[in-house]
Amino acid sequence: METITGAEALIRALEYEGVDVVFGVPGGAILPAYDPLYDSPIRHILARHEQGAGHMAEGYAWATGRVGVCIATSGPGATNLVTALADALMDSVPLVAITGQVPTGAVGNDAFQEAYTTGITMPCTKHNYFVTDPNDIANVVHEAFHIASSGRPGPVLVDLPKDILNAELVWKDPTDLALPGYKPTTEPHHRRIREAVQVIDSAERPVLYVGGGIIKANASEALRAFADATNIPVVTTLMGRGCFPDSHPLALGMPGMHGTYTATTSIQKSDLLIALGVRFDDRVTGDPQYFAPEAKVIHADIDPAEISKVRVADVPIVGDAKAVIEAMIEAWGDRPTPARREWLETIHRWQRDHPLHYEQSPDGTIKPQFVIEELHRITGGDAILVSGVGQHQMWASLHWKFDDPRRWINSGGLGTMGFAVPAAVGAKAGMPDELVFAVDGDGCFQMTFQELITAAVDGIPVKIALFNNSQHGMVTQWQKLFYNGRLSGSQLGENAVDYVKLAEAMGCAGLRAETPSEVAPAIEKSLTINDRPVVIEFVIDRDEMVFPMVPAGGSNDIVLMGPEDL
Amino acid sequence: MYHTLSVLVEDKSGVLARVSSLLARRGFNIHSLAVGPTADEGMSRMTIVVEAPELEQVKKQLHKLVNVVKITELEPDRSVEREIMLVRVAASVGSRSEALEVAAIFKATAVDVGANSITFQVTGTPSKINDFLELVRPYGIVDMAKSGRIALGREPKARKLKAIS
Repeated sequence: METITGAEALIRALEYEGVDVVFGVPGGAILPAYDPLYDSPIRHILARHEQGAGHMAEGYAWATGRVGVCIATSGPGATNLVTALADALMDSVPLVAITGQVPTGAVGNDAFQEAYTTGITMPCTKHNYFVTDPNDIANVVHEAFHIASSGRPGPVLVDLPKDILNAELVWKDPTDLALPGYKPTTEPHHRRIREAVQVIDSAERPVLYVGGGIIKANASEALRAFADATNIPVVTTLMGRGCFPDSHPLALGMPGMHGTYTATTSIQKSDLLIALGVRFDDRVTGDPQYFAPEAKVIHADIDPAEISKVRVADVPIVGDAKAVIEAMIEAWGDRPTPARREWLETIHRWQRDHPLHYEQSPDGTIKPQFVIEELHRITGGDAILVSGVGQHQMWASLHWKFDDPRRWINSGGLGTMGFAVPAAVGAKAGMPDELVFAVDGDGCFQMTFQELITAAVDGIPVKIALFNNSQHGMVTQWQKLFYNGRLSGSQLGENAVDYVKLAEAMGCAGLRAETPSEVAPAIEKSLTINDRPVVIEFVIDRDEMVFPMVPAGGSNDIVLMGPEDL
Repeated sequence: MYHTLSVLVEDKSGVLARVSSLLARRGFNIHSLAVGPTADEGMSRMTIVVEAPELEQVKKQLHKLVNVVKITELEPDRSVEREIMLVRVAASVGSRSEALEVAAIFKATAVDVGANSITFQVTGTPSKINDFLELVRPYGIVDMAKSGRIALGREPKARKLKAIS
């Protein structure tokens, strides 16, 4: 009978799951696994930092809908993955992380590069495994992929001691899953669906409040059909941007702290919130006590723990978003589409009276909103847009028009600065034929830009629109608004970095736009460079703030539309 | 408010850490936690007494743990709850017989007797144990250990009656 090593079994198990690319950094304890990887059709992309490998796997998963895989060694390799795992848990990103561990006999002895990986990652993974028998490898990897991708998706970590990777075993294909405690409910309860439709039928000012769950469940088409049939306006959360087309007449955009006036206000004034694949995050609700005070709530989610966690649901529905919406469409039946004249007119009036606005003077400094709009115009919106965290993220979400799911990738829940560059690399690795544009701030960029070396060396030509305002912009905005303008520890130094030279030094093309008239030519030029990554530095107005804004912890009844409202 | 949960878990290493870490992370206070094997090989039962304003979130969050198989909330009037306590009471020659009399009322057993103290073992409901503790407190409690509560649901009444008829 053919015997193979644990390491060979690991790589074979990854192949069995259909993995085509892994993002990783090798090291002592994981070295045995890298040897069979050398012969495998699986592509390995060498990240410059394990956090980068983790975010690449996330970007890959966001863009493709498949499980992203990252690999790291024991100790610091594993601890460097922690941020990406926590990010993936918050944003429900399907991830499998493979980590090496010191040999079983050394575990617990403070061996070189030993860390208690399963203990450290317990609260930031959906589940994790410490493998003690090489014969378990095939089944554990199979379970890990199943858990990562089913139910509410999330990260799963598999920790493999070096002696287990070196041990010999006889390969057997994974058997049936042995998970007596894991049975996600995907099919909604019919009685609940009937209740929901009755409530919808009698609502006068309903709003569909939808988010990342729609994208994970591939429910965009069903959502559109449901919104059309019921004529209910739709707000899309930061995590759900693109799950409902912004170009649709019922689309109101993003709600919450930096949401559009109409999205935020329509929720506040609604008498029914149909919450699908959302979790009433504090960035959406503000103070939950004042959130949508007149609304009944239908809340559907695949994770029962989200229902009534923040806001008690009048109609709780546990199930996969697509199954829920399809069941509601069926239960809605051939009811005529309501006109909702009064409600929709009110909404249109808000849209007319409180639009997003900014002013770009032709000879002034570049406004970041203008860059996003030019980027959208010149690419025709035909790009996967990736962002980091902060002002640029909000400008991108507000001023880009998203029309399709999986075309917007960002760090929503954890708010991980430095997410954009590696996530863009991962997205491009998964979708090589798509234009992948990261919008990044200079604060974020300086946390992870080394992954552009990975992109250049591995032939992954992403493009980065770098908003340079020489500061942590969102922190600066808060310090100006709430800390008497005392800019404590938030300034990155004027002209501290020559980003064009930095880009070129990493094997990328570097471009710079310093005036509004240079914006479009720089974007156009970047589209002609496809043999290497491109960084376009936009030197933007340092004083520009993100509006609309609801001050943190306040009521969503008060939306500041611009500096004039301060 | 205290709630008693009977949690059936897979008998795998790290499960106790997962459960206790999750409860701590979500801000639920563990009053007591007892764990032991069940009749079903491969499964363990945890009896957890938690302090939480409402139990729904605790149960839902625990259910998210892959190794948690079943959670039952045990209502005091529909379950049997027991605890065991070992308590060493200061008792010299003069007060020894008095302490033994109190113990007899509670069916507590003297499991160790020394020159200056007696160690009692007492089994029963948490309230019985607390009552005993209060009665012997005046003698002076030298040391004490409690097992934490274990509990099982009672057989539902309807089924029991049917079985009898």
